[in-house]
Amino acid sequence: MSQEEYAVEMENITKTFPGVKALDQVNFKVKKGEIHGLVGENGAGKSTLLKILMGVHQKDSESGDILLNGKKVEINNPIMAEEHGLAAVYQHMMLAPKLSVAENIFLGQQPTKNGIVNWEYMYQETAKLLKSLDLDEINPRARLDTLTNVQQEMVAISKAISHEANILIFDEPTALLAEKETEELHDTMLDLREKGVSIIYVNHRLDEVFEVCDRVTVLRDGKYIGSREISEVKEDDLITMMVGREIGDLYYKEEIEKGEKILEVNNLNSGKNVKNASFELHKGEVLGFFGLIGAGRTELLRTIFGADKIDSGEIKINQKEIKIRKPIDSIKAGIGLIPEDRQKQGLALPLSVQDNCTLVSSIYSSNLGVLDKKKEEKETKRNVDELNIKTPSIRQKVKFLSGGNQQKVVIAKWLNVDASILFFDESTVGIDIGAKKEIYKLMADLLKNDKAIIFISSYLPELLGVCDRIAVISEGEITGILDREEATEEKLLQLATV
Amino acid sequence: MEEKTVQDNKLLNYFKNNLSKATLFLVLFVMWGILSILSPYFFTYNNIFNLVRQTSVIAVVATGMTFVIISGGIDLSVGSIVGASGIIVSMLLINGTPILLAVLITLLICLGLGAVSGMFIYEGNVPPFIATLGMMSMARGLALLLSGGQILTGLPRSFINFAQVTFLGIPMLTIVLIVVVAAAFFVLTRTRFGRNVYTIGSSDEVARLSGINMRVNYYAIYMLNAFLSGVAGIMLTSRLSSGIPTSGNMYELDAIASVVIGGASLSGAEGSVLGTIIGALIMSTLRNGGNLLGVDPFWLRMATGLLIVLAVLFDQVRKKQ
Repeated sequence: MSQEEYAVEMENITKTFPGVKALDQVNFKVKKGEIHGLVGENGAGKSTLLKILMGVHQKDSESGDILLNGKKVEINNPIMAEEHGLAAVYQHMMLAPKLSVAENIFLGQQPTKNGIVNWEYMYQETAKLLKSLDLDEINPRARLDTLTNVQQEMVAISKAISHEANILIFDEPTALLAEKETEELHDTMLDLREKGVSIIYVNHRLDEVFEVCDRVTVLRDGKYIGSREISEVKEDDLITMMVGREIGDLYYKEEIEKGEKILEVNNLNSGKNVKNASFELHKGEVLGFFGLIGAGRTELLRTIFGADKIDSGEIKINQKEIKIRKPIDSIKAGIGLIPEDRQKQGLALPLSVQDNCTLVSSIYSSNLGVLDKKKEEKETKRNVDELNIKTPSIRQKVKFLSGGNQQKVVIAKWLNVDASILFFDESTVGIDIGAKKEIYKLMADLLKNDKAIIFISSYLPELLGVCDRIAVISEGEITGILDREEATEEKLLQLATV
Repeated sequence: MEEKTVQDNKLLNYFKNNLSKATLFLVLFVMWGILSILSPYFFTYNNIFNLVRQTSVIAVVATGMTFVIISGGIDLSVGSIVGASGIIVSMLLINGTPILLAVLITLLICLGLGAVSGMFIYEGNVPPFIATLGMMSMARGLALLLSGGQILTGLPRSFINFAQVTFLGIPMLTIVLIVVVAAAFFVLTRTRFGRNVYTIGSSDEVARLSGINMRVNYYAIYMLNAFLSGVAGIMLTSRLSSGIPTSGNMYELDAIASVVIGGASLSGAEGSVLGTIIGALIMSTLRNGGNLLGVDPFWLRMATGLLIVLAVLFDQVRKKQ
């Protein structure tokens, strides 16, 4: 077959940022009508490569070529990329949440009649487009933020299709989706493949890559490691290619004897998302929370933590009932929350590593409101050593740290007040495998010191790998709590969709 | 050898981290240099005395504003509170209240005004811009109402003298400023309240989830700012030897400008007391120099406006890099 077998060919692409070589002679080829996985740890160069393809960044001028459908092209800006039939659906979609579906699809190019927006035509065209993608259930007139996550993503995809894109980039589209929604998305991707669209699929969750991809390319430290037919590799092989060494068992779990009851929740209610929740947690135990997005897992933790209002119910810590009205009440009782969104909820991004590590401990340690800087410095240095936080200095602003290191800073904040019950909410999303493993190891260390952990995750293998028991939550209610031995993916999913 | 490299790096890092502050100092010195050449009068004791004295009042207001802006808020009511404070203290003094008591009562009332702003902002979720815009009108109304729109004269000699006398050759008003700045610097960098202000400026949600008492801190920030505006109002009244209901007009502009020129970010979590003081000095130097060179004050007003926008523009460009 001729060269035109490939929709995208990027050959020997090098990209240098001041001081760093982000990409070093990377090769990346996507066949026509295939779903091609692009995997690698954070910082491997995936985004840089795709940004070059989308015209956001320019490759170094002396490096190789980009060919689309066999023809050499220059892509100097995103508009040129669009003209070449490229479109990207980003993790944080660039849609306007307060506008309607139709307005979003026609954003920037509303059909007009005599200079006035032709609304009827816009709605009709949108309806046609959605129908062609079997998305009839989406109303073109609905405001975007009234749709579910997956529907919003579908709108973004429709928008890309409406621009006659034949090469689509999906960058971590499932990060915010629950299992069932991910399936819907994958179905749509497979449909698009049938229509001859080529898809580049970036995803940290390897099981999902295996589910839909035809081939996969691995990058590591800005270098091209290799491309494989998906049928010829196993997950472990890919991980080895990604990290460059055998990682061993990813999920780290030690058998730790369970201690006495440390937390007991009885008939807790809060708003619509927490209904009659009752469970208990023992020292040395990891209790997992599983459920679809929006099932109320995060809300349950937030309610116990005092971030959301408690309507009724009882919370006992160390057999003693405590009243929680504000986060400080639960913090004083020994609870620490590592929130879902570390950037928006966990970290004061413009402040230093030291300020963040001591954010909570300063409440206790300061005399008459005066900070003990010496002590803070010592504490932070110990955190940096013990948690292996990679930072040039403890005065570095946390916004400049990588995801994994940022997450470690959030955890350090609670270690410094010696919290005895830790809530991990989707704590390993978006951080690389090395850092994940360190976090699992750290959890085991905490458990050995009589701490207890509640662990929310949407990723079943992870839950099954690190938890002692798993509570399943569906529409605000706990539908079952399974022991590690009896829990399987099927049972959990079944309980989650009750 | 190794140690030396580390030392060098530290020094280099220090400069990098304080680049904007160093630039600010540079701008100020260049302005002073140019003015000394253009006007022989500029670097005389009298003029510097005046410049510093003029700066003192506005710099006290700007110091309070620094807290508000670092917390991610804004306070438009400061100028009006300066005016209200001046009228209240004048009325008390004219009615024969002892100076110390008059000052105390005035400051308590100002704290109350700040608490009202804090209440609307925290309890009512009213954006600071709107809450303090309302307070701006309320406090000015209060000043006009109490004074009947008249200038209040007949203040005790000893009160008026405060603004005239010096201590070790430094104007008394500037001594007040130095005390305020030293205290503010300490509070902002060394205390938990100061740290909370930065944390709240980074993100309300992060602050709340870290156990910070949001109610106490919100009230404290706006009350502190109103308190310092009250102090400034008393200082200004002493300097003007009378209570003028329209005094402090547009001080919010100068105060915000000083803070922003001083390197604070209007999106919060960035800024320092030292930066603000340099910012305030740059503003008064511009005004003082303009007067000396006979520039039309209306032009100066336009220049001030431009300076604010340029300061923010500079900040945005720096952030993009």
